Amino acid sequence: MGMSDLVGYRGYEPVIGLEVHCELDTLTKMFCGCPNSFGDAPNTNTCPVCLALPGSLPVVNEKAVELAARIGLALHCEVRSSIFHRKNYFYPDMPKDYQISQYDEPINVNGWLELPASGVRIEIERAHMEEDTGKTTHVGGGGRIHDSSFSLVDYNRAGVPLVEIVSRPDIHSSEQARQYVSELRMLLVSIGASKARMEEGSLRVDANVSVRPEGSGALGTRCEIKNLNSLRSLVRAIEYEIERQVDLVSTGQVVVQQTRHWDEAGGRTIALRSKEEAHDYRYFPEPDLVRLDFDSDRVARIAGALPPTPEQRRARIMSLFDTSTGADLVATIVEMGLDVLVISAIEHGVVPDRALSRTANEAAARVEDALNLDPGTYARLLMMEQDGKLTPTQTKAVLQAMMDSGGEPESIASTMGFEAMEPDAMVSVVTGIVDAHPDEWQRYRDGESKLAQFFVGQVMKATRGKANGKEVIAALDKLKADAL
Amino acid sequence: MRASAGDVSAQVRQGRVSATSITERYLEAIESFDGKLHAFLTVMAGYAVEQATRIDKLVEMGKDPGPLAGVPVAIKDNLCTRGILTTCASRILENWRPPYSATVVKKLERAGAVIVGKTNMDEFAMGSSTENSAFGVTRNPYDADRVPGGSSGGSAAAVASGLSVVALGSDTGGSIRQPAALCGVVGMKPTYGMVSRYGLVAFASSLDQIGPFGTTVEDVALIFSVIAGHDPRDSTSLKVRRDVDTGSLVLAPAGVAASGQEGTADAPDGPMLDEDAYIWPAGHSLLDGAIEGLRIGVLEEITSDAAPDVRRRVEEAAAALVSLGATVEEVSIPELHYALGAYYLIAPAEASSNLARYDGIRYGLRVDAEDVTSMMSRTRSGGFGSEVKRRIMLGTYALSAGYYDAYYGQAQRVRAVLVDAFAAVYRDYDVLIGATTPATAFGVGEKTGDPLAMYLSDVCTIPSNLAGHPAISVPFGAGDDGLPVGVQVLAPALGEPVMFRVAAAIESAARSLPPPPVCFADGMGVQSDMGDGHA
Amino acid sequence: MDKDDLADTPGNRISREQVAHIARLARLDLSDEELDIYTDQLCAVLDHAAQVSSIDTSSVSAASNPLSAANVVREDRPAACIDRDEVLSMAPEAEDGMFKVPRIMEDEP
Repeated sequence: MGMSDLVGYRGYEPVIGLEVHCELDTLTKMFCGCPNSFGDAPNTNTCPVCLALPGSLPVVNEKAVELAARIGLALHCEVRSSIFHRKNYFYPDMPKDYQISQYDEPINVNGWLELPASGVRIEIERAHMEEDTGKTTHVGGGGRIHDSSFSLVDYNRAGVPLVEIVSRPDIHSSEQARQYVSELRMLLVSIGASKARMEEGSLRVDANVSVRPEGSGALGTRCEIKNLNSLRSLVRAIEYEIERQVDLVSTGQVVVQQTRHWDEAGGRTIALRSKEEAHDYRYFPEPDLVRLDFDSDRVARIAGALPPTPEQRRARIMSLFDTSTGADLVATIVEMGLDVLVISAIEHGVVPDRALSRTANEAAARVEDALNLDPGTYARLLMMEQDGKLTPTQTKAVLQAMMDSGGEPESIASTMGFEAMEPDAMVSVVTGIVDAHPDEWQRYRDGESKLAQFFVGQVMKATRGKANGKEVIAALDKLKADAL
Repeated sequence: MRASAGDVSAQVRQGRVSATSITERYLEAIESFDGKLHAFLTVMAGYAVEQATRIDKLVEMGKDPGPLAGVPVAIKDNLCTRGILTTCASRILENWRPPYSATVVKKLERAGAVIVGKTNMDEFAMGSSTENSAFGVTRNPYDADRVPGGSSGGSAAAVASGLSVVALGSDTGGSIRQPAALCGVVGMKPTYGMVSRYGLVAFASSLDQIGPFGTTVEDVALIFSVIAGHDPRDSTSLKVRRDVDTGSLVLAPAGVAASGQEGTADAPDGPMLDEDAYIWPAGHSLLDGAIEGLRIGVLEEITSDAAPDVRRRVEEAAAALVSLGATVEEVSIPELHYALGAYYLIAPAEASSNLARYDGIRYGLRVDAEDVTSMMSRTRSGGFGSEVKRRIMLGTYALSAGYYDAYYGQAQRVRAVLVDAFAAVYRDYDVLIGATTPATAFGVGEKTGDPLAMYLSDVCTIPSNLAGHPAISVPFGAGDDGLPVGVQVLAPALGEPVMFRVAAAIESAARSLPPPPVCFADGMGVQSDMGDGHA
Repeated sequence: MDKDDLADTPGNRISREQVAHIARLARLDLSDEELDIYTDQLCAVLDHAAQVSSIDTSSVSAASNPLSAANVVREDRPAACIDRDEVLSMAPEAEDGMFKVPRIMEDEP
C-alpha cells in the first residue's frame, strides 16, 4: 500500500457542495398572516392560503424579503430584483402540490463565506427564497416511512419562509463542511435572519458529495444526501458517503447519481425511493405574484442596518488587542455571543486581557446566564476589580451572583461585605504579618522571592480575602526597599 | 320587461318595495323556471331571505343599504361563499363548503345585493358551452336545444331568463362575453387586476377576471363599479383611481391607496354606506359623454371569419356609431392569428398547476387506495371530467422538461407581441369593435366530440384576456336563426369608461330582441307593458 | 422513446408513451381507451398551438401583466387563522388534529 493510500481518502479527493435551508425569523408565514411558530398544536396555524384552499392567493411577507436580502448581503452576494416560480410536484406535505420558490432569477447570487479557522473562502452560488412544507408523521411500522400503515400531516410549518443557501462545490472534507455550516449558522443568528436551530429543523442541510482522483479537475458523479439534522450527522454522513463512493470507484464501479437519505441509527446513507418523473418540476413564473424590485438605494438601506457578522465581530475584538494571539479564544467568545461583554468592558476602560479572560473563564462557564448580563453593568464590575475596589476572588463571587439573579455589582458587593480595604489598613496588616514571621521575612529579603506567596496567603487569611494580591506584593517590596 | 338593478335598488332604498318581497319573488321564479334551464347549481333561499331581511331593517332604520339594495344577484359556482357549496361544477368539489367568502362576494353584500344562488358552469370554467358541468348542461333560454355558451353559461342564462337581475361570472378566454352574446345579455370582462381574484377558484391565474352580467350596459357598469377596486389579498390587484377632471381611470402611484374599497379583507361585514368609495361616485356618469369624435376600429381578425349574419350585426353597429359622429375604420392586427394557439398553451399550463391541489387530502373528493400516490391519481381521475383532464394533460406537457421553451415560453413571448401590437393600434383608435362569437348558439352536443372546434368558438374573445384588456359584449339583435348576436367592444387597459360609453351607444342603436321563451319578467311585481314572453 | 428527441420541435406527433408519462406526472390514472383518445386530441390541439413557433419573438421577453406593479408585499403582522375543527371538517379523513393519508411509498423528491 502506497503512502497516498494511507492519508486522506485513498488517493481520492472529495468534492462537496452544501444546500442549507434556514427558516426565517419572521412573525408570520411567507405568503399569509399565520404565525410562524414552532411547536404549536398541529394544524392550528393554518388559513385558506397555507392550506391551499381553492380561490386563495399568496401575498409576499415584506419582512421575509428583508431578511433574505440581509442574508445575501452578509454573504457578500449581489442582491437583485427577483421573481418567484412554481416548482411542481405532488407530495402530501405540500398543500398546493407546488412549491413557490425562486428559480432562474433569485434574490441573491455570487457570494462567499470565509471559514474562520483556515481563512478558506467557500463560494455561494445563490441564496433564494421559498416556502417550507408541512410535517408528516408516519404511524405504524416503527415510524419508518415505507413500513408505516398511514401518515398524518400537520400544515403548521407549510408556508414558513425559507432561504436556501447553495454553496459551490468548494468543500473538500467533512471537517470543512462542519466549519461551513457552523459559521453559517452563527452568521444567520448574528444578523437576526434565523434562529437556525438544527434540533428544531429551522436549519437543515443537504450535502452533494462526489469524489475524484487527487489532482483531477473533473467532477465525479454526485449524490445528494438529505436529512442531516445535526453537525454530527453532517460529518458522519459525509464521511460514510465519501468512503462508499471511494469503495465504488477504486474497484472500477460507478457512482449512480441519486438522492440518498442519512440513516442516523444505521450510520449509513440509503437511496431514496422516488420515481423518475418526480424530478420534472415544470418550473414556470408564479402568475399570482409580481416582481420584487431591488434598486441600489434599497440594498444600501438594508446594508446600513445590517447587524455585524461573526467575521466582523471577531475582527472588532481583535482590533482592540495589540497582538493577534488569542484568536481561537476570540472565535469561541464570538461563537458564544459573549463578544458584546468583552467589547463593552474594553470600551469602559477595562484592560483588554482582563476583559477577555474574565469573559472566557467565568462568563463562558455559564453561557446562557452570561448572555442575560447587561454589557454596561458587566463592564462596571470589571472596572471595580481593575480599580482595586474588589479582589479577583470577590469579583468572581459578585459575577456569579449577577448571573444567578441579576443586580448591580456595587450593591451586590456591598451586601456581600466586600468593602475594598483602604491602602493604609492593608499596609498595616502586611507590616503585622512581616513582624510575626521574622525568619521568613529575612529569607525573603535575601532573595527567596517565592516566599511572596506565603505572605500573600497570610495577608489574605488575616483579611478574609479582602486584600489584593498584587497590592500585597507591592507593599512587601516597598517594605523591603525601605528596610535597605 | 326584466327588472334592472338600478330600478330595484332605487325602489328598495325608497322603501316602495321590500327586499324580502323581491327576493321571495325571485326564489319562487327560480323554483318554477329553472327546471327547464338548469342555470343554478345551488339556490341560497334561506341565506337570501336573511340578507333581504337585513337590508329591509336598514331601510326601516333610515340607513342606506348601498347601491345594490335588494338586487338579486346570481354568482358563478367558482366564487367562494362561506359555508355554502362551491363546487366549480366538479365532482372533486361536490361537497365543499369554503370557510371564507370571495372579496367580490363581500363587496356585493356590502353594497346591499342579495345573492340568490350559485350558477352552473363548465367544470373549473373550462369550456364554452356549460356542457362540461359534472351536474348537467344548462339550456339556452332562447332555445333549449342550444347551449347557453360557457363557461359562465348558468349566469348568462339566469340573467337572460330574468331569474336573477344581474350575475357574476369569470372570464379567462371569453367565459363571460361568449355566453352573454349567445344568451342575449350584456357581459363584461374588466382590465386584468381591476377586480380582486381572491376567492375565485383559479383556472388560469394570469388570464382570469371576474365580471358582471346584466340586461343593460348601465347595470353591468353599476356592478362593475361595486366589485372593482384594490384588494390587499390579491397581489395582482391594481390600485386605480378615477381622475376627477377627465373621468378616466389611472393607476395610483405606488404606495397610495386607491379610491376603491381599500383593505376590506378584514373589515367587519356590513353595508358599504360610503358611495364615494365606488369608482363612479355618481353611479352612472360613466355612460355620459359623446360618441362624436371617437376613433373606432372594426377589428378584422375577430369579425371577418364570423358567420354572415353575425358580421352584418357588427356592420350595423359600426354604422350606428358613424351616425353618432364617430370615425369608424377597419383595422387589422395580423398577430392575432397566433392568439388562440398561445392561449391554449398558457391557460392549460397554469391550470395544470392550479388544479394540482385537488389531491384528496385536505378537502373535496377522495377515492381510497393503498398508498398516497395511487390515492391521489384515483381521486383526480375520478373527480375531474374529461375536459379538465385534457387541459391538465396539455398544460403538463407544455411545461414539461424539454418542451417549456418551445411551448409555454414561446406562448408567453407571443403574448408580449400581442400586447405591443394592440398598443400600436390603440395609438390611432379609442376602442375596437367586432363580433363576440363566430356564430349564434350552437346545438347541445354539437361540438363535444371535437375539442379543437370547441376551442375555436373562443377565437374572438381570447385576445383581450391575453392582453389583459377590458371588453364587453352587447346584444345586437338576432341572427338569421332568431338567436341572439353580440357585438364586442374592446378597449385598452383601464379603458372601461370609454368602453362603457361606446357599449351604451351600441345598445341604444340595437334592434331589441324579444325576451326569451323561458323568462321571468315580473320581478318587481309590476305587470310588464312590453309583454312577458310567456305566451 | 426518448422524449429529448422531440424537444423544442413543436408540431411533432406526441406519442402514446409520452401521454402516459404526462398522465403519471399529473397524477391522472388513465385507462387505455382514455390514453388513445387523449393522444389523438392532444396532437390535434398541439398541432394548432404549434403555430406560435412561427412568429418571430426575438425582440420581446415573455409577458407578464403589463400593468402589474412590483413589490406588492404585506406587513409581517399576524392575522387570524381558521379554527382547526373547521379546517379538519373539510378533510376526507383526519386523526389527532391532523390530516390522515394512506401510506407514503415514495420519498419526497
